[in-house]
Amino acid sequence: MGLRIIPSQTNIAFTKLRNVAAAISLAAMIGSIAAFFVLGLNFGIDFRGGVTVEVGPAEGQTFTDSDLTIVREAVGGLGLGDVRVQNIGGVAGAPDGIVTFIEQQPLPENPAGGETLTEDERTRAAELQQSAVAAQVQDVLRTTLGEGISFRRVDVVGPTVSGELVQAGVAALVVAIGMMLVYIWFRFEWQFSLGAILALVHDVVLTIGIFSITQLEFTLSIIAALLTIVGYSMNDTVVVFDRIRENLRKFKKKPLAEVIDLSINQTLARTLMTSITTLLALVSLFVFGGEVLRGFSFALIWGVLIGTYSSIFIASPVLLRTGVKRDWSKEGSASSEASAKGHLAP
Amino acid sequence: MLQFNRWQIGAILTLVALGLYFATPNFFAPGKTPPGFTDTRITLGLDLQGGSYLLLEVDTDQVLQDRIESLQADVRRTLRTADGGRIAFGRLGLAENRLTVPITNESDYDRALKELRALSRPLGGLGGLGGAGRDYSVKASDGQTVQIELTEEAQKFYADSAVSDSIEVIRRRIDSMGTTEPSIQRQGINRLVVQVPGDSDSEGLKSVINRTGRLSFHMVDQTADPNAPVPPRRLRLPLVEQPGAELTIFETADVTGDMVTDASASPNSDGGGFQVNFAFDSRGSRRFREVTTENVGRSFAIVLDNEIISAPRIISPITGGSGRITGDFPPAEAAELAVLIRSGALPAELTTIEQRTVGADLGADSVRAGTIALIIGFLAVVVYIVLTYGRFGIYADIALIANVLLIAGALSLLGATLTLPGIAGIVLTIGMAVDANVLIFERIREEIQSGKTPVAAVEAGYNHAKSAIFDANLTTLIAAAIMFYLGAGPVRGFAVTLGIGVITSVFTAFVVTRVLAGRYVLGQRPKTLTL
Repeated sequence: MGLRIIPSQTNIAFTKLRNVAAAISLAAMIGSIAAFFVLGLNFGIDFRGGVTVEVGPAEGQTFTDSDLTIVREAVGGLGLGDVRVQNIGGVAGAPDGIVTFIEQQPLPENPAGGETLTEDERTRAAELQQSAVAAQVQDVLRTTLGEGISFRRVDVVGPTVSGELVQAGVAALVVAIGMMLVYIWFRFEWQFSLGAILALVHDVVLTIGIFSITQLEFTLSIIAALLTIVGYSMNDTVVVFDRIRENLRKFKKKPLAEVIDLSINQTLARTLMTSITTLLALVSLFVFGGEVLRGFSFALIWGVLIGTYSSIFIASPVLLRTGVKRDWSKEGSASSEASAKGHLAP
Repeated sequence: MLQFNRWQIGAILTLVALGLYFATPNFFAPGKTPPGFTDTRITLGLDLQGGSYLLLEVDTDQVLQDRIESLQADVRRTLRTADGGRIAFGRLGLAENRLTVPITNESDYDRALKELRALSRPLGGLGGLGGAGRDYSVKASDGQTVQIELTEEAQKFYADSAVSDSIEVIRRRIDSMGTTEPSIQRQGINRLVVQVPGDSDSEGLKSVINRTGRLSFHMVDQTADPNAPVPPRRLRLPLVEQPGAELTIFETADVTGDMVTDASASPNSDGGGFQVNFAFDSRGSRRFREVTTENVGRSFAIVLDNEIISAPRIISPITGGSGRITGDFPPAEAAELAVLIRSGALPAELTTIEQRTVGADLGADSVRAGTIALIIGFLAVVVYIVLTYGRFGIYADIALIANVLLIAGALSLLGATLTLPGIAGIVLTIGMAVDANVLIFERIREEIQSGKTPVAAVEAGYNHAKSAIFDANLTTLIAAAIMFYLGAGPVRGFAVTLGIGVITSVFTAFVVTRVLAGRYVLGQRPKTLTL
């Protein structure tokens, strides 16, 4: 016998915990929604529009803390609205780089009494303004930090694109959850579908909640992480559902709660095993994958943890509340009679 | 089914070997691929090799508006020179994609309609595009006005050609900057994606791309009073050489940029700085000769994008079909001007709506970090699987290696672009790929506990895990497909590797480990299975 995280045979009455789990999850979801409305998500420029410029020191030099202050003052003096300047990576006192964020420049107001601009013209003006800001900030960084600095990243997202990215992101999530709903409905029964979707919504809400609380930057790749979480959580849920369906066919007279508990216990070793291997890969990505992937891998780690929880404690117990079809055999009743007595079907 | 014949095993080995074969060129520098290998390789995304990504919007509305505006002159001329005498008309009404022509006398109405209908032509020239429709639709309304509208087809046609012409102009401009392998693609109706790899200067790139580059030569109206309002059919434009100064020039251009065949930058032959040399085609040479012969002693203006870059005095007729613009330019600016003139004018204004630039050193850092994460994640999973499943864990690990080879081979064969999120997709796939095997192995364990013999248990394990594996992986595949279709940039790179990884992992789990497990239980007939 190899390494085992849990005993080979467990017999945990998961369904008995369903009310406790439901209460905890409900509280967590309310907390997440509250955090979202009170604190809000720290949207990156993908969704909010704006300019990000990341610079590294010149060859053979390092930045110091005073560089940060100088840049902050110089960029702040440009009058470009909300500006954030941060150190990135490295150790205290000698950061790897300095990142400057400048918020989306507002659409120009129509001058009083002057020629009125159409919405398109105003947007276009804002786009041009945005590009000009990027050039301006790069100039300021060159003059304050020296010509030799390397521009590691310059991102400019205008109002048109940021609006579209928000729409595409929300659409992708809705479509993903919708397709999962249809798929499960098609492969199983509507009760299964309901359970799976509740679990998915639970996972997505809690992920948005943690991003609201931690104020980690919410970027385009977090949307990709959310979609992956949806896929992963669904994957876990489906494996349990598949076993429930199989056991419903096998044990026709067993109370539903027992069938569900049996199925969850039977698949528990697999559920945990897969979660652990996935987490091993993700933690490696979080620790070694660099600054750019940190938020993304954090979201996925969180998603795998709650996805595993939700497929055990949320998705399956829903079946108990809604009830399910018990007679899955469309073939003759003779065979169902035999398996009803608990014989293992080959 | 645990028995595989040698053909089946051969096919599996061939497939994995093909993965290795197609992935191999990635380990060699481009052009240094060992003999016998095809040059299939994974392209590194701009976030990994450094480079600039620009999303540009072509102002197609303006193109259509220009069309309608230029139609005004045709309408006026047609009505003035109509068969059977001049047709009186009122003020032309200009609206979006539509021109309203009020006809003063009702008796002229039918004649006007007939004349104006003749203005409408097939799109793409006669015999150009059969069945593409006509450019304008001329409609009668209420017996007093005639409506001339750009047809739907024409709007599409003109917008379309503005975008494809823009692509050509930008390609020429970037090519003449000497940048390597730019990629310019159309996106949607009126957008262009420009991707230029390497440590490029994004601001320089943008300034070359965004300038319209409309060049023209006009005579300067030296009689105009600079303080009086601009006289009709004259333009007053700023002079670049002297900030604040303006010159009044004739609106009609004598020679235009499309008559220029070549342009280059060279050190100024008499004075400091650089100059831009240009050559005209035959039509341009003739026009230029005529104009310079008639106007010796007067000045002409060289206008680029509504700015006078130079206004030299004509000392003697220029008959050689070439000329130069001297303006004491810095070398880089002279070169940029030459590029702009040579590549022609953009048919429409472009706006940069998204720009992402990654420096080559950040790209290299990302590749290093991604690779380390990949290796450590891989090793952690491999060790953990062996510790848990023993002999079967080794089988799963062999399948995992085959899986990575297949992913690398598939990405190379498709010439897919690997981005940092793409690497994350591979790392995640490694974690999730063992899932299919875990499902099977756990099932086998259950079957053993229910009293089956090893052979029967392995057989049953594969059969019973099938539906769960199928359902579970299909959900991930759905998520990947949605990301691919709806996602932008980084999300798509992730979706591609995740999707390919799901497919290859199911294959390797189902086929590769089954061959290995089958050979073991059938060949050695173990009394008990440890896993």
